[in-house]
Amino acid sequence: MLELGPMLRALMRNKIGALLIALQIALTLTIMVNAIFMMIERSAQMARPSGLDETNTFYLTNTVFAPDYNLQAALAQDLQRIRETPGVVAATQINAIPLSGGGWSMSLQNKAGDDIDGTGVAVYMVDEQGVDALGVELIAGENFAPSDIIWRDEAATEWPDKIIITKAMAEAMFDGDWNKALGQTLYINNHEPMRIVGIIKTLQAPWNGWDKVENAMLVPQQLDGRNSRFFIRTEPGRRDALMPQLEKALAESDKGRIIRSVKTMEQTRADSYREDQATYRILFTVIVVLTLITGFGIVGLAMFSINRRTRQIGTRRALGASQWQIMRYFMLENLLISTAGVVLGVAGAIGLNIWLVSSFAMKPLTPGLLIVGCFALLAVGQLAVSYPALIAARISPATATRGRA
Amino acid sequence: MFSYYLKLAWLSSKKTWGMSLLMVLAIGLGIGAAMTTVTVNYLMSANPIPEKSEQLYYVQLDSWEPTEPYFENGDPPEQLTYRDATALMQAKKATRQVIMSGMAAVIEPKNKDALPFMVGGRASSADFFPMFNVPFLFGSGWDAQADEKKELVVVINAELNERLFGGRDSTGETLRLAGKDFKISGVMARWNPKPKFYDITTGAFEDVEEVFVPFSLITEQFFDRSGNTNCWKPSESGFQAFLDSECIWTQVWVELPTAADRDAYQGFIDAYAAEQHKFGRFARQNNNKLSDVMTWLEQRQVVSDDASMMMAMALMFLAVCLLNTVGLLLAKFLGKASEIGVRQALGASRKDLFIQHLVESGVIGLAGGLLGLVFAWLGLSAIKAMYGDWIRDLAELDMNMILLAIALAIVSSILAGLYPTWRACQIQPSQQLKAQ
Repeated sequence: MLELGPMLRALMRNKIGALLIALQIALTLTIMVNAIFMMIERSAQMARPSGLDETNTFYLTNTVFAPDYNLQAALAQDLQRIRETPGVVAATQINAIPLSGGGWSMSLQNKAGDDIDGTGVAVYMVDEQGVDALGVELIAGENFAPSDIIWRDEAATEWPDKIIITKAMAEAMFDGDWNKALGQTLYINNHEPMRIVGIIKTLQAPWNGWDKVENAMLVPQQLDGRNSRFFIRTEPGRRDALMPQLEKALAESDKGRIIRSVKTMEQTRADSYREDQATYRILFTVIVVLTLITGFGIVGLAMFSINRRTRQIGTRRALGASQWQIMRYFMLENLLISTAGVVLGVAGAIGLNIWLVSSFAMKPLTPGLLIVGCFALLAVGQLAVSYPALIAARISPATATRGRA
Repeated sequence: MFSYYLKLAWLSSKKTWGMSLLMVLAIGLGIGAAMTTVTVNYLMSANPIPEKSEQLYYVQLDSWEPTEPYFENGDPPEQLTYRDATALMQAKKATRQVIMSGMAAVIEPKNKDALPFMVGGRASSADFFPMFNVPFLFGSGWDAQADEKKELVVVINAELNERLFGGRDSTGETLRLAGKDFKISGVMARWNPKPKFYDITTGAFEDVEEVFVPFSLITEQFFDRSGNTNCWKPSESGFQAFLDSECIWTQVWVELPTAADRDAYQGFIDAYAAEQHKFGRFARQNNNKLSDVMTWLEQRQVVSDDASMMMAMALMFLAVCLLNTVGLLLAKFLGKASEIGVRQALGASRKDLFIQHLVESGVIGLAGGLLGLVFAWLGLSAIKAMYGDWIRDLAELDMNMILLAIALAIVSSILAGLYPTWRACQIQPSQQLKAQ
């Protein structure tokens, strides 16, 4: 540690050079920590389970355009045709698709009355095969019976008296204890009672950015409309073959409608998180490139500084300094500069985070990540300077006697 | 002299090619990242109808529930109820006014081999076309009478005309839409304003709809409405009850040429709200907004958070790259101290040296800038590939952006070169010569 004094004096003679590296490291840390934090947030969001059997499910939309059409009969026939197809495990008509971005939400309350605060919930209208078709797990109570299912006119506003809700919704309605929910009554449209007959583990709403994304309910209804969706679950491995097969069979069975938007749940998830995925990749690239640039910048500056000091180094070697001592000098010099940069960078990272939090609904940084970032950058600095330092260490003591190198 | 400096710059760069390459690469990456994100932000915040954006106003009335405002910050709802929108239309207090909503329907092509297909459309009143300066290839929009009489007329876009009619003048022909025969009154020329300012409720950068039909047909229920419908009060069953309900799903724009017109219209909607308040509606009767196009787009924040965040990060990234360049240039110029001493001893003035080194940093900056354009182009292509269709028109380099990139590169590299150059000029020839 005896070297610190001369080292500091040498640094003071090249203040600007050292300052530039320190600033660069500070900015790199500022960006890196926030970028990594955003990446962690995004990937956590993308990793949330939808509750569905995503690998074996798909859906399609049926749009009727022919006038004078018996919707109920045709929809029942379609459903039967789908269910009888070999390879299909279960199928249901449904009004909205989880994670797709478009859906229906309502508000439920614990008591009947006009001025009572409700809790938002995503509505899925399904029949008795809904639970199986979605692949959601029923953890309490029972599924709808075929006799529970009622036709719902498009402009209707009445609701059935039985519902199945998610565990998250049950916790939201019953003080965090879902076990209390089964058999209880909730109210929709302020006054209409609905009894909870079952609870499912997880089912996400159609909107992945919603803060209550796990609040969802199943209602035993089948929409009587000119646009309808069928949600289909197949045996493992048979989905891709069944998709075109069912599309064709349905389209050809009736020319008064079109079958469109045949899409897998996996694709729906990919589309739903497409922007998050893209942002994730961009951030990753930014971090890698940024680190490389800073690293190479350190290498470049160190090389120059060593070139300029060749004679000094030679002299020190001639006066008895070992190779390791020379190397240590440059490593230590970098550590000193990097530490200053990292300290500055911590302030910068927190500052940027405060701005991001106030302007864009980001969450505050975790201190752990900040510390890891500091050490990572210090390590990058040491790694970058080690090659120039090694070259410096190899300068022959004879250089001192040789005039200019 | 300039060419001599260029030659010196080239020789000097070649001598330390590793450093020069790193500097060019760093500036290139910095400029590339900055330009990529600046371009996306610039296009997202572009004015889609500059010639009259200050005369077009989006109308917001606060019909939302008494206990809680629609937006947390107290802004009125982003759409109107059918009853309020139609009341504004009937009052005709603006130079032009349009009511609209999204719709969707199936088209059955005349050619029996072609399969029926679904199109996204817009139900709007007649003023839509003159109000938003919609360009036409053939024909025109419909008139107010068609709205009133609920005529089956349709305007189609150029792509649909290409698909169904091979691009010929199809005005006057019929189009089988939603099970009815519609008469084509006009074919729009290619028109795709970004942001799609006239309706941003389902995404600000969607493409323009393929078909346009009179809004009054909505009540006939031939076709499905599309877009968002939000209700706070349960309505009775049936379509008429829905129309009379407090559900919001329509949009109204008005054209008000002067500030006086604007004030008068604000007075009118406030009076309307006050009147409704008497009937027990509009709990917040003075919360009615008229926003011109750019104000509306800013209010709804069409520039995505991700885009702004990325831009902030990219600009900081550019700063890192420039710091890097300053450091490397400084090291490089100081490393040439003896050469500078010799040149001074041989009669080069400080000014000559200054210009010489500025040229050298300028050359590096220019090379970096050009590389930056390549990186920006790559970056935008990557963004198009990753984000998908909607961003297609928001990831194009236009001439402004290219010029900005080059200017940014030169200015930043000269700025980066200034201090090192100044330092280089401070070198004392005597010391350098002595050291030899």
